[in-house]
Amino acid sequence: MANYIGSSLKRKEDRRFITGKGTYTDDIVLPNMTYAYIVRSPHAHARIKAIHADKALAHPGVVAVFTGKDLQDDGVNPLPTGWQITDSMIEPPHPVVAVDRVRYVGNPVAVVIANSRAAAKDAAELVEVDYEILPAVVDATRAIEKGAPTVHDEAPDNISFTWELGDKAATDDALSKAAHITRLEIVNQRLIPNAMEPRSAIGDYHPARDELTLYTSSQNPHLIRLLMCAFVLGIPEHKVRVVSPDVGGGFGSKIFHYPEEVIVSWASRKLGRPVKWTAERSESFLTDAHGRDHYTVAEMGIDKDGTILALRVNTIANLGAYLSTFAGGIPTWLYGTLLAGQYKYPHIYVQTKGVFTHTTPVDAYRGAGRPEATFVVERLMDTAARELGMDPAELRRKNFIPADAFPYETPVVLTYDSGNYEASLEKAMQIIDYQKWRDEQAKARNQGRLIGIGLSCYIEACGIAPSKVAGAIGVRAGLYEGASIRVHPTGQVTVYTGSHSHGQGHETTFAQIVADGLGVSPENVEVVHGDTAQIPFGMGTYGSRSLAVGGSAIWRAVEKIREKAKKIAAHKLEASEDDIVFEDGKWVVKGTDRALTLGEIALTAYVPHDYPEGLEPGLEENSFYDPANFTFPFGTHIAVVEIDPDTGKVQILRYVAVDDVGNVINPMIVDGQVHGGLAQGIGQALWEGAVYDENGQLLTGSMMDYAIPKADDLPHFEVDRTVTPCPHNPLGVKGAGETGTIASTVCIVNAVVDAVSHLGIKDIPMPLTPERVWRAIHGK
Amino acid sequence: MGHTIKVTVNGVTHEATVEPRMLLVQFLREVLMLTGTHIGCDTSQCGACTVLVDGVATKSCTMFAVQADGREITTIEGLAANGDLHPLQKAFWEEHGLQCGFCTPGVIISSYDFLKRNPNPTEEEIRHALEGNYCRCTGYQNIVKAVKKAAQSM
Ligand code: FES
Ligand code: FES
Repeated sequence: MANYIGSSLKRKEDRRFITGKGTYTDDIVLPNMTYAYIVRSPHAHARIKAIHADKALAHPGVVAVFTGKDLQDDGVNPLPTGWQITDSMIEPPHPVVAVDRVRYVGNPVAVVIANSRAAAKDAAELVEVDYEILPAVVDATRAIEKGAPTVHDEAPDNISFTWELGDKAATDDALSKAAHITRLEIVNQRLIPNAMEPRSAIGDYHPARDELTLYTSSQNPHLIRLLMCAFVLGIPEHKVRVVSPDVGGGFGSKIFHYPEEVIVSWASRKLGRPVKWTAERSESFLTDAHGRDHYTVAEMGIDKDGTILALRVNTIANLGAYLSTFAGGIPTWLYGTLLAGQYKYPHIYVQTKGVFTHTTPVDAYRGAGRPEATFVVERLMDTAARELGMDPAELRRKNFIPADAFPYETPVVLTYDSGNYEASLEKAMQIIDYQKWRDEQAKARNQGRLIGIGLSCYIEACGIAPSKVAGAIGVRAGLYEGASIRVHPTGQVTVYTGSHSHGQGHETTFAQIVADGLGVSPENVEVVHGDTAQIPFGMGTYGSRSLAVGGSAIWRAVEKIREKAKKIAAHKLEASEDDIVFEDGKWVVKGTDRALTLGEIALTAYVPHDYPEGLEPGLEENSFYDPANFTFPFGTHIAVVEIDPDTGKVQILRYVAVDDVGNVINPMIVDGQVHGGLAQGIGQALWEGAVYDENGQLLTGSMMDYAIPKADDLPHFEVDRTVTPCPHNPLGVKGAGETGTIASTVCIVNAVVDAVSHLGIKDIPMPLTPERVWRAIHGK
Repeated sequence: MGHTIKVTVNGVTHEATVEPRMLLVQFLREVLMLTGTHIGCDTSQCGACTVLVDGVATKSCTMFAVQADGREITTIEGLAANGDLHPLQKAFWEEHGLQCGFCTPGVIISSYDFLKRNPNPTEEEIRHALEGNYCRCTGYQNIVKAVKKAAQSM
């Protein structure tokens, strides 16, 4: 029997994608379908005085025009947020469609529904909205100043919450005694996710059956169903089916429950016809939840020999105009808890203020809090090393949590499961030939060339999350995962998973697990995801949790199938259960060649003529897996860059990523995840960044103005691994979806600053565009 | 006020009456139901909509359906001959040149045109040729590998 776990099996899902036969939400056309176009606010802050829809209603092909008041009068509730950060967190209502005030450019104001996309869009132009324009504030540091415009009356100072973690007194004390303090002011700029498939949703209501199907480009259909049914529409969950078919990338932006999902569902119930909405890219820019947007002051206290004593971090996090689904958790629990990095400094204190502004809501974007934390820690490490005249690798090594200290409890509540930080640093340095590049750098400087070497030793918490912990930190959900395995009478297998694949390749990876677990070929394993009517329950895919949590749930179901199969095998082979072992993909009587395959057992289970007394027929098992802890992938990335002093352009000469994601099921897929993450992380370092003008207009509102990395912007990545299995889940896996993004942003910034530090430059704010780098070099 | 056009798509000639403002990509997706060609942007940047027009890679969101009158279009659905995958399709599969698959049809069609013009490209040339196709998932590395591999087997 082949060992599929650990092999780079080609992806089962690819045939449909390479032949143009994928089914994304916008590809679905239903009989009698209507099309919604959403009228959005052109102002960042305004009062809606009146909406005149008569002309739009009279436009040929228009079926209906709805305003926020129509939804409100019909009992549609505001969108909920799913993470309560402090007891006193201010949660102003987030209406699906604005009722009296708009709070960001792109805020839905009215919905036009017509028989064609074109008619809906034409008619939307005819909707007249009288606005009274109000002053806006876009920058979170400005929003908390006295006299700043207020986003919500409920939060006069624009602060939703002030959250803190760690021992402040001990940290302050350690810092006051430290021989050296390294201090940085960091702007982690706002990013716009830009999954290539624009969001799309179709509501399809059948009045006679009182059933609603929502097709939506979501990373977690069950959660959308729960939020929409229980909180927003108040309709029975068993009458609603949510399908997330092929989804063209998510990166976090498709986790959240968005207004458009409610709009098409509600409108379809009103009209008795299917209603489709698909974002145009400019709408994606304005309305997909953005990421990052922190302003941080961080101080690290270090004693004379380079031992780090304490870290104090103050962050102002821009939440945008409303609290998106997981908004509060990202700059707090998913950020502050990671500030220990790979290091054993004993004292950490972090405070985050979550601030409302007149901008698009901000929520999880690939890495979600962890890239921001890694940025703080690793920028400080490089800066401190320079200030102390130490090699940056040496300073890190000196402060690493040693390999024999696991499980390791950090001062910010996490218990790291396993790690070997020295090993990944060593390996990365070897691959890149670190010392050679330091020599090269010195030589280059003499010739007036600018070469820099950047390190990033990161830690990540994934596999979110043990439900008990989730509850304790204010997540209004459990974060287990569900799975179900159905073995058919002929021995083929269908796996139902609550995880959702939007590029990650679950149909292959999960099939590999089940193939090994049950002794079948992956071709005979079908993985079903993204449909609440087929899958018992699920929490979806984000935070690199699919394999660690979803895969573990599948493995639990495999074990249950094996248990039952063993009973059947014992009966059929006339052996005692204790003598049956699962070996080479078969149930074997120990020490004999008497064995049964899954197919033979399945047939017996469904045709139970000769069957164990008291055992139920059939071969199907459900499982829910609630993780025991987070998982903690880690690694070291090293980049070498060269800067053209005349243009400020950064060229990446080498990029080495050594990641440890625990056991690897499909190395090809893991490498691919790392590549993609690197591209996004490097994108933030060098090119990407949302820019608003002071009135709240998004200046980077299209692909012409927002620089998404292209093929010839990026280098060839050298990707390698160390393997430290996760000790607390059955597969020993940690999660690989975000490592690249978490590590690479700061790695590149460190490299660029390293290249110019001898010119007296301590820092350059992201994105490190040629202009910014050039200005830094030339002091302009 | 429709215009009647005659377009050959993947070897089949279609006659249809379309609004003058209908884009070629909308015609392919909404009239012919060839949904393998995707729409990823509204500013002609992303390349998800790339098809061959008379053999030349073209962003089908930059062209009106009426401009396709009398021309031959090949979409991703037309690339596999009699069910045999094109070497590019095979190479993308083998080299893991796709993740979510949304950009993939456009990337494959662009590469098809490129390899016709440059059958033996370097990595740098491939990266340059794919400038008009955004992929947010793969970091491009395996796309480049796939195009190289396809070049060798074509
Ligand atoms: S849809 Fe044509 S280039 Fe983006
Ligand atoms: S594979 Fe997802 S955008 Fe390219």
